[in-house]
Amino acid sequence: MDQLTAVWEWFMMESTWRGSGIDPGILVRVYEHMSMSLQAVALAALLVLPIGLYIGHTRRWEFAAISIGNFGRALPSFGILGITFFITTALDVPGILGFWATFTALFLLAIPPILTNTYVGIKGVDADTIEAARGMGMTEREILTRLEIPLAAPLIVAGIRLATVQVVATATLGAVVAWGGLGRYIVDGLARGNDVLLLGGAILVALLAIVTEVAFGVLERIAAPRLTSQKKRVVAGSRSGQLGPAA
Amino acid sequence: MNLAQADRPTIKWSWIGDNSDKIFARFIEHIELTVLAVAIGLLISVPLAIYAYRHRWFYTPLTSVTGILYTIPSLALFAFLLPYTGLTVQTAEIGLVGYTLLILIRNIVAGLAGVPPDVREAARGMGFSSGQMLWRVEMPLALPVIMAGVRLATVTTVGLVTVTALIGKGGLGFFILSGMRTDFITAILVGSILSLVLAVTVDGLLVYLERRITPWSRSRAGQRRPAPKTQSSIGPRVA
Amino acid sequence: MTGDVMISLKNVSKVFDSAEGSAAVHDLSMDIVRGETVVLVGPSGCGKTTTMKMINRLVEPTSGEITVNGTDVMKQDPVELRRGIGYVIQSIGLMPHRTIAQNIATVPELLKWDATKVKQRVAELSDILELDEALLGRYPNELSGGQRQRVGVARALAVDPPVMLMDEPFGAVDPIVRERLQDQFLDLQDRLKKTIVFVTHDIDEAIKMADRIAILNRGGVIEQFASPEEILRSPANDFVKQFVGVERGLKRLALLKVSQIGIEEGPVVSPEAPIRDAERAMEKFDYDWCSVVEDGELLGWVDRESLGGCLTVAEAQARPFSAYVTHDSTLREALDSIVTSRTQVAVVASGGQRYVGILSLERISKEIIS
Repeated sequence: MDQLTAVWEWFMMESTWRGSGIDPGILVRVYEHMSMSLQAVALAALLVLPIGLYIGHTRRWEFAAISIGNFGRALPSFGILGITFFITTALDVPGILGFWATFTALFLLAIPPILTNTYVGIKGVDADTIEAARGMGMTEREILTRLEIPLAAPLIVAGIRLATVQVVATATLGAVVAWGGLGRYIVDGLARGNDVLLLGGAILVALLAIVTEVAFGVLERIAAPRLTSQKKRVVAGSRSGQLGPAA
Repeated sequence: MNLAQADRPTIKWSWIGDNSDKIFARFIEHIELTVLAVAIGLLISVPLAIYAYRHRWFYTPLTSVTGILYTIPSLALFAFLLPYTGLTVQTAEIGLVGYTLLILIRNIVAGLAGVPPDVREAARGMGFSSGQMLWRVEMPLALPVIMAGVRLATVTTVGLVTVTALIGKGGLGFFILSGMRTDFITAILVGSILSLVLAVTVDGLLVYLERRITPWSRSRAGQRRPAPKTQSSIGPRVA
Repeated sequence: MTGDVMISLKNVSKVFDSAEGSAAVHDLSMDIVRGETVVLVGPSGCGKTTTMKMINRLVEPTSGEITVNGTDVMKQDPVELRRGIGYVIQSIGLMPHRTIAQNIATVPELLKWDATKVKQRVAELSDILELDEALLGRYPNELSGGQRQRVGVARALAVDPPVMLMDEPFGAVDPIVRERLQDQFLDLQDRLKKTIVFVTHDIDEAIKMADRIAILNRGGVIEQFASPEEILRSPANDFVKQFVGVERGLKRLALLKVSQIGIEEGPVVSPEAPIRDAERAMEKFDYDWCSVVEDGELLGWVDRESLGGCLTVAEAQARPFSAYVTHDSTLREALDSIVTSRTQVAVVASGGQRYVGILSLERISKEIIS
């Protein structure tokens, strides 16, 4: 109980939020955390979405898409961070310590879910529908933009959500390689044996992850209202599309 | 943290040979942490999932709670536990088990719900009691979907175990962390690659196991296999 | 109907909550005799399946009494009850994770028979239903629709239950296989003499399979409960008439046997007889042809044209009949023989070529009209 009271008091201090000395405060940390995460996801999406669309539409390189998906699942994110950290320090990459290591790791982590979901979503569009469209004289490009992308949209958005939630979670580990973000509180708390920092940081990180998840849920519903009717067909509450997994 | 300049950018093969016994010990520790987490996860999930399957109202709250648990980043979850359970195996295991629950419960329920209604009706007509129905008909038929969940949970756990290095456990994650601290790529690679190999191997073994225990599902390539949705859209948790 | 009652429904009703969507049954009573096949037939929503499922309590009756073999089903444990009643459904519901042998052995295993006995019984059943032994180790998804259906029947027969409930058992297979399965099942039933409640929406299947048919109307009301022949001959009301459909007469023809109606004598002459006798026979029946019979043996037929210039019948080569029918033939087969033969009648023979008589179109239509 004492600990919780202490954590409460920590949250009530203005300096906790606005910072003091070398500590930039929660607000800055949240900003760091989110801007890093969103940029990594955005870059990954920019690069990977066209590839996923191409593979899904042409069914070429399917094996590569599946392998990257499986590989991404089996790869320990902590290990990736270790490797990117080593490489960036070895190459003496300029910038804030740990920034590029974290960014590269997050970028890499965002790739598999976006690629897999885009590819699976496009591929999953009913073959008869496509044949009918082709029969009506739609070009391949029209089929992709008017048929496949709108129909695959829910899954594609779900892929981006998955990637984002994972990246937001993994960004926490950036503090281990001396970068900032909200993980800083946990890592510092661990290092100094300071339970208040540890718990405060844990609460912030957990909240940020949940907020991201929920925000995306709302976004998905706006982006794909048709999803609601589809949901009912899915077996007993495998609302898997919605309630997101995280990382 | 030791941030000395990287003066040993190459892999030191000799280090691997010199430390093979330590590597092996950590490898075993990694397996132990994983197996224990998935096993406990199953022990908790099976009854909860069966209950949620029979009483539909329970499903939403159950998956909401385990979903929140799943969403919390692992480092934060460990941090929550540390003040109470300290740098112990319990801290690591509570966290790891927590992450398996959502995957397992969802797949068990989806597997049970996917049992063909005609099989269920025939079984009832032949006089299966509800217990016999569950253990002799529903659970066996749900196995492919349940196994998909076990695979995902296991692979996820193998990755997450590396993070427990930060709370003094870690299995192979120990090498990743110490490699980062000493700027020693050999250790980082050993930890990462072995963890990857372990995940892939265990996944392969589980596929093999699934084929062995569900010989009946082989010949019907994807015919009635319940929605791969359950497997693909729930992402692995990686940190 | 004679014999003792095996299944009895007394004033049985079933009311569903509106949400459930199953067909209700209202105040239905019916006695089913040991060893007979009763087919419940009617349009969808008539409660035929509901009625059947109340017998093994897959659906619990709202009111009324159902007894099987003299025991009130409501006073039995439903699980025990069901194990004693064979159950076959349209989609069969074989367990995909168990081999064919294990599927057939399902109820014996539930009843904890010992392994040797189970094995023996499985062998017996696969023999009865002509299931290849090689199939026993396979899984259901490796079988064809017809094979699966036979496995379903074998499974229902596993503990030799006196009562079988069959819900559109042959509904999911193609027409050719269905016919074969129906014939096979009729043969089987001839030997096993089970008490069967059979549900279908197909009146032709009902006519073929049933000892008695119960035609149900919406709300589980029995419009007529009688033998197929009687239903076709005298439908109780317009609903039955409409449900049975057109071609009622033709359908009856398929049910009636030649032996069930009077056979006419027909013109007959022996080969040794002079031409005059043949002419007299033809005149008597007002035909222009005549059967040639020697010591009861049917040799063929002659007509005025072929007799021209001959002294005896033997001289005019008797032409063989292209087809003849027997006592066991249906009137439908007799009719077919009539319309395809030059002589315009069906010749009835027995035991090879023994002449019995003839069947004319007039005779058959008189039978149908009566």
